[in-house]
Amino acid sequence: MNAQILLLLGQDGITNGAVYALLALSIVLVFAVTRVLFIPQGEFVTFGALAMGAIQAGKPTTLIWLVVAMAVAEAVLDAVAFVRKRPSRQVLCRAALKLVCPLVVAVLLYTLPLAELPMVVQALLTIALIVPMGPQIYRLFYQPIASASTLVLLIISLAVHLALVGLGLLIFGPQGVRNPPFTDAVFQIGPMMLNSQTIWVLVVSIILIVFLFIFFERTLYGKALRAVAFNRVGARLMGIRPAYAGKLTFFLAALIGTVSGILISPITTLYYDSGFVISLKGFVGSIIGGLASYPVAAAGALLVGLLESFSSFWASTYKEIIVFTLIIPFLLWRSLTSHHIEEEDEE
Amino acid sequence: MKLRASNASSRVLLAVFIAFLLVGPLFLSPFYITLLNYIGLYAMVALGLVLLTGVAGLTSFGQAAFVGLGAYTTAMLTSPQTLPQWISWAQGSPWLSLVIGLIITLAVALVLGGLTLRLSGHYLPLGTIAWGLSIYYVFGSVEGLGGHTGITDIPSISIFGYRLHEGGQIFYLIWAVLLLAMLGIRNLLDSREGRAIRTLRGGMLMAEAMGINTARSRMVAFVIAALLACVSGWLYAHMQRFVNPNPFGLNMGIEYLFMTVVGGASYLWGAVAGAAVFTVLGEWLQDILPHLLGQSGNFEIVVFGVLMILVLHRARGGLWPVLRRLFPASRRHHEIDLSAEPLPRRSMPPRGEVILRAEGVTRRFGGLVANNAMSLEVRAGEILALIGPNGAGKSTMFNQLSGVDTPTAGKITFLGHSIAGRPAREVARLGMSRTFQHVRLLPRMSVLENVAIGAHLRGERGILAAAARLDRTEEARLLAEAARQVERVGLKQYMHDEAGSLALGQQRLLEIARALASDPCLLLLDEPAAGLRYHEKQALAQLLDRLRAEGMGILLVEHDMEFVMGLVDRVVVMDFGEKIAEGLPEEIQHNPAVLEAYLGGVDE
Repeated sequence: MNAQILLLLGQDGITNGAVYALLALSIVLVFAVTRVLFIPQGEFVTFGALAMGAIQAGKPTTLIWLVVAMAVAEAVLDAVAFVRKRPSRQVLCRAALKLVCPLVVAVLLYTLPLAELPMVVQALLTIALIVPMGPQIYRLFYQPIASASTLVLLIISLAVHLALVGLGLLIFGPQGVRNPPFTDAVFQIGPMMLNSQTIWVLVVSIILIVFLFIFFERTLYGKALRAVAFNRVGARLMGIRPAYAGKLTFFLAALIGTVSGILISPITTLYYDSGFVISLKGFVGSIIGGLASYPVAAAGALLVGLLESFSSFWASTYKEIIVFTLIIPFLLWRSLTSHHIEEEDEE
Repeated sequence: MKLRASNASSRVLLAVFIAFLLVGPLFLSPFYITLLNYIGLYAMVALGLVLLTGVAGLTSFGQAAFVGLGAYTTAMLTSPQTLPQWISWAQGSPWLSLVIGLIITLAVALVLGGLTLRLSGHYLPLGTIAWGLSIYYVFGSVEGLGGHTGITDIPSISIFGYRLHEGGQIFYLIWAVLLLAMLGIRNLLDSREGRAIRTLRGGMLMAEAMGINTARSRMVAFVIAALLACVSGWLYAHMQRFVNPNPFGLNMGIEYLFMTVVGGASYLWGAVAGAAVFTVLGEWLQDILPHLLGQSGNFEIVVFGVLMILVLHRARGGLWPVLRRLFPASRRHHEIDLSAEPLPRRSMPPRGEVILRAEGVTRRFGGLVANNAMSLEVRAGEILALIGPNGAGKSTMFNQLSGVDTPTAGKITFLGHSIAGRPAREVARLGMSRTFQHVRLLPRMSVLENVAIGAHLRGERGILAAAARLDRTEEARLLAEAARQVERVGLKQYMHDEAGSLALGQQRLLEIARALASDPCLLLLDEPAAGLRYHEKQALAQLLDRLRAEGMGILLVEHDMEFVMGLVDRVVVMDFGEKIAEGLPEEIQHNPAVLEAYLGGVDE
């Protein structure tokens, strides 16, 4: 191995690692606020990539009808709730908005000349298409049993994941997609060839992380989420509704997932079922951070990316095995450092 | 966990089911036989998950990998395609490869369990997901395992020279193994070790205080589930006669767990119900969905996913309890044989000897000093009360003494052994038992069984003995002992009721019975009189008086002064983490420092 290859592999690893880091942050966030281990995180990545691919090919993807269907289901649930308790005008407006938004996106998808749009607009359209699914998934699948044990919520996560993978196959078909890069430029820095897409990934990741940081440190909504993560009951007593916190968190998770998908789709070919493995790599990162520490989770995810890229060079067949067994030493370490008996709440 | 009721109507149903299995292959078409074979194989894996998830409250999405381990081991060692030289003398005997498969599975389960079982709930399933994926990649990519095409030419199993070639022949083996496994697990759950496993879900702190090694019990459940999956894989390989990695992927691991939950994770028959629903529904969906959707693919996972979510939203207990309501069955009572030979008792220390001594015990939580240089002694045959206003540090002190917490500084000796920092179960083994301020019992288990948990350390028969019912003599002695203690605290009429149905005061008495079942020489009681009515308090006082007369040492933390002052021999008073007074009840009642702690300054 020479320096050239080393740099190439390192660049690869950091690019993928940046995306895993985004996912790891999102996983830690969702777990802290809702106690949900959000396995379907990866489906947003694949859906983002595949929907972007479809839009760039000029096809209005049928995914929008899934979003509309879920919006209708949510509206029905809301309507049932409204019968019991008369809503305020504000609540009613919000409910109507949730139903109208996906329909507007649907109209846009079927009327705009998708393939000719500038890439930024295509990306924004993809985000507008997919991100509403985050709060919808929370509302439909998690909110009804939000107080169940972590284990039950995890089983729900896997059920949602399976259903989404099946729907992904139905909507996008079995063929993979690899989208054109945002820009074609290649930079030469010393001995290193730097791909412009790599720069895009890194820059957007950093912007997202900074955005998250500002959101949590400086805004009231961010502080509310932190309060829920810190003490659920206390936050509730202070007037922060858990359902609202859950939806907001899932909105962020969907946003991070979709953006990640759009970012990496020019780098690697994604299929309808690629999301799971991507998600799990985020999980490996967040487990390294003990599902609690954001910086350690991000660093762990970078480590996963690097390990993956170097092991694909040395032992490509065993790449996935090496990455997933990485969590064993960390589990061992956690196991050896925790002594007390943990009591799980009976559901 | 409810054990299956075994009264007449359910026995008839079981007999009908077995009769159906016996004659089924004679008239069923091969298609249905194959379907039933799959149900049996899946149910075997789901059965392990019932034990692991429904009973022990742990879970695994990696069971398919254990199935694969069983299947690939036997495929490797019996197929002429891969048969290694060193084992060719066995001529590819499936029975030998079963044993080897079980040993490998055991080793893997021990390693994986050792890594993750001590961590809190969600790391285990995440670990099993990673493990399930990794081993799937191993099956697919290791040369010599046939890659994605797999291994072919696996011979069929033969029993006493009779070859199980056809689906209708191996059918009997599959269902016999399944029913035997169900019987074994049912027996296990109704035994000393089984009760230990049943405490894992929501009762671990209590279980440790009763001397149960909960880490070991978790491992037992995990290993049994893995071995059942391995056997299922072994049967699968010899039924299919070839293996490839597909059925052992993570998706299948997830489906196994879904089957268990949909069927009813707390019920042994839930495993069969869940496996049946998934197999039949899956078969049907694979037929109709491609027509309906106009393309092929495994779209049934969408239905399974949605089904799973609906079950968890609407019927968390799964299908089996719903089915069972159609055939109401009464709860089975345990028979109590009071003539069983009583359990040996520990020799009590002579009356008046100091059995528990705490010297200079200090516990800091960061900057907060909860206990500061606390010293106290308990002698055999006396009752010592530890009292003090709220927040005085009594409960912290109690935790230091009972092995729940480790003091920052100081010495605690019990019967000459230093016990500061020793785990609660070792302290229990030495002869100290306790009750909890917030009652900790297993609400769905009977009063009798809850008390029998206390006698855990007085039995020794293990898992295999329990599964084969070789433990009945000892079990009768344990249950008789438990029944005696239940009677002693005055709960005889509730012997077979669910513990959760008792009033709070009665639950406190149950905890005392459970503590007594361990034959302690020192009893630590945390607010035993709270929630008791006047007559119950009197009865409790009489009971404690009798125990004292028998030579037991008792330390009680209590708020009820009337109860304390009329009963105890000595009193230790705490305030702000320190001892402010010690003496006879009359002295304490007139001690100015105590009056000030309770009532505030007198000069105002």
